[in-house]
Amino acid sequence: MNQPNKGLSIREMIEANKKKKYSTTNVFDKVMPFLLFLSAFVSVVTTVGIAFTLGFELFKFFERVPVAEFLGSTEWYPLSADQRFGVWALVMGTLQITVIAMIVAVPLGLASAIYLSEYASERARTILKPILEVLAGVPTIVFGFFALSFVTPILQALIPGLQIYNALSPGIVVGIMIIPMIASISEDSMSAVPKKIRDGALGLGATRLEVAIKVVMPAALSGIIASIVLGMSRAIGETMIVTIAGGSQPNFEFNPLNAIQTMTAYIVQIAKGDAGYGTIEYYSIYAVGALLFIFTLVMNLFANWVTRRFREEY
Amino acid sequence: MALPNSEFKNTKNLMDRASVSQRIKRRLQLNEIFKYVFLAGLVFALLVLSTLIYDVVSKGGGWVNLDFIRNFPSRRPEQAGLYPALIGSLWLMMLIVPMVFIVGVGAAIYLEEYAPKNRITSFIEVNISNLAGVPSIVFGLLGLTIFVRIMELGNSIMAGALTLGLMSLPIVIVASQEALRSVKMELRHASLALGASKWQTTFNVVLPSAIPGIITGIILAVSRAIGETAPLIMVGAATFISTTPSNVFSDFTALPIQIYNWTSRPQAEFQNLAAAGIIVLMTMLIIMNSAAIYIRNKYTNRH
Repeated sequence: MNQPNKGLSIREMIEANKKKKYSTTNVFDKVMPFLLFLSAFVSVVTTVGIAFTLGFELFKFFERVPVAEFLGSTEWYPLSADQRFGVWALVMGTLQITVIAMIVAVPLGLASAIYLSEYASERARTILKPILEVLAGVPTIVFGFFALSFVTPILQALIPGLQIYNALSPGIVVGIMIIPMIASISEDSMSAVPKKIRDGALGLGATRLEVAIKVVMPAALSGIIASIVLGMSRAIGETMIVTIAGGSQPNFEFNPLNAIQTMTAYIVQIAKGDAGYGTIEYYSIYAVGALLFIFTLVMNLFANWVTRRFREEY
Repeated sequence: MALPNSEFKNTKNLMDRASVSQRIKRRLQLNEIFKYVFLAGLVFALLVLSTLIYDVVSKGGGWVNLDFIRNFPSRRPEQAGLYPALIGSLWLMMLIVPMVFIVGVGAAIYLEEYAPKNRITSFIEVNISNLAGVPSIVFGLLGLTIFVRIMELGNSIMAGALTLGLMSLPIVIVASQEALRSVKMELRHASLALGASKWQTTFNVVLPSAIPGIITGIILAVSRAIGETAPLIMVGAATFISTTPSNVFSDFTALPIQIYNWTSRPQAEFQNLAAAGIIVLMTMLIIMNSAAIYIRNKYTNRH
């Protein structure tokens, strides 16, 4: 067996190794950090790609439709002979869904979070939390099916005059979808409040409810607000539930009993219908997508900022 | 809560036992009531989950059989199946897993082990957390422009996989970062002290210790991606297809697309088919998630 290092001390072996400039070890140590940096950089490229895509096609859209019509009108008739592109009709659809979803998700999500963090035994928590996570893992197409085939018929039996496609049913189901998100982020930030603060309040004679509402919740407020804002951003970007159960009638009217169309549902409708490349409808989905991207980005940045700025350090 | 002044004035004696004990009683009652109010919130969420499962199983349970798995979609509900959709979803999975593994874990290793603490690094980190919040349909628009049109991949499996892969990256990176962070510093120091280089330490010591956490993260991210519908609609996954894909550049369909197609038809039988498709999809997701939980439990606390 050929042993080039035979007879050398360990120190000499290490030095000999260091001198070999192009040993595999050395090459790997030079090249890998760069390759790893490139893979981390993919995320930046993705963001740039999104901005470029949306910006470029948005520009083409505004060459055909004036900005004033897009942002100043409330009529959205992209497929009629007399095309109208007033985006507020779609924004109103999204707004209805978001409002209804938050009415459902905030109380239920916060109640779940308070119960899990303040009342539940350790055992109950280890069982209940994973089940809540299962709810978070259900694909949105399944929620969409559930909204149309189960929730809508029940609501129609309760509310006369409710159309098959309406804002109420998908709004409620989007809210249900968001419950785990609000519950889990709020619960994390409430659990992070140190036990000694709770014990202090309990020692002064406060009940568990008073501790939860007046001590723990204010201390965890930044996390709770962040969870609600992130939940809203999820509701705004949610696509399949509103496409399946919300209908495709954009109108600028706050009436959850009627069919609506959200920004996301419009994008799906046009993409599915194979709008020819280069038509105004084709570019309009990028305009709507850009607005959607800006809405969600602002909310996500706000949630991040709130968490960082108002975090209570113990 | 500050005691209202009026209560002091009305009480001649500050230690009015009757009023104090009444007050305490009310507070305790309120405490007890709200305990169940909060529990009701949680129970409601769980009830919805079980209702959803019951609804799907009662509508689609009778429709899931071997023919349903083996057949192609058909206009006649009793003959319809989801074979091409199932194969399409498996193709997507096979492509997404290596993609997110290489790029996602690479990014996580860079950020945890190599990245200097500077502006570029924190910019990348902020960027990743923002990407995680971008709606999936926006990723679909990205895929439509970049992969389908500019790179001319057409409505192919590759275009779908790249789109879903980019969408899953943030989840994989964050999960892998957590897994790497949980590897003890002592292990790294021991390896370096034995003369291993930085990369040898990372590849042979840190990565193997972190791999269970990383795999768990990847499985969870991919199971999210497999259930996604909107990005696939955007890149033009077919709703009706008569062949199974032969390579990565073939047209394809996937389980969520097939379910969506059946859901949007008015006839009741197609609703049953949609429910049956949901059962197949959810079964796949449950198997994947169980595997993730199994791996997580088996390998935790090994070091």
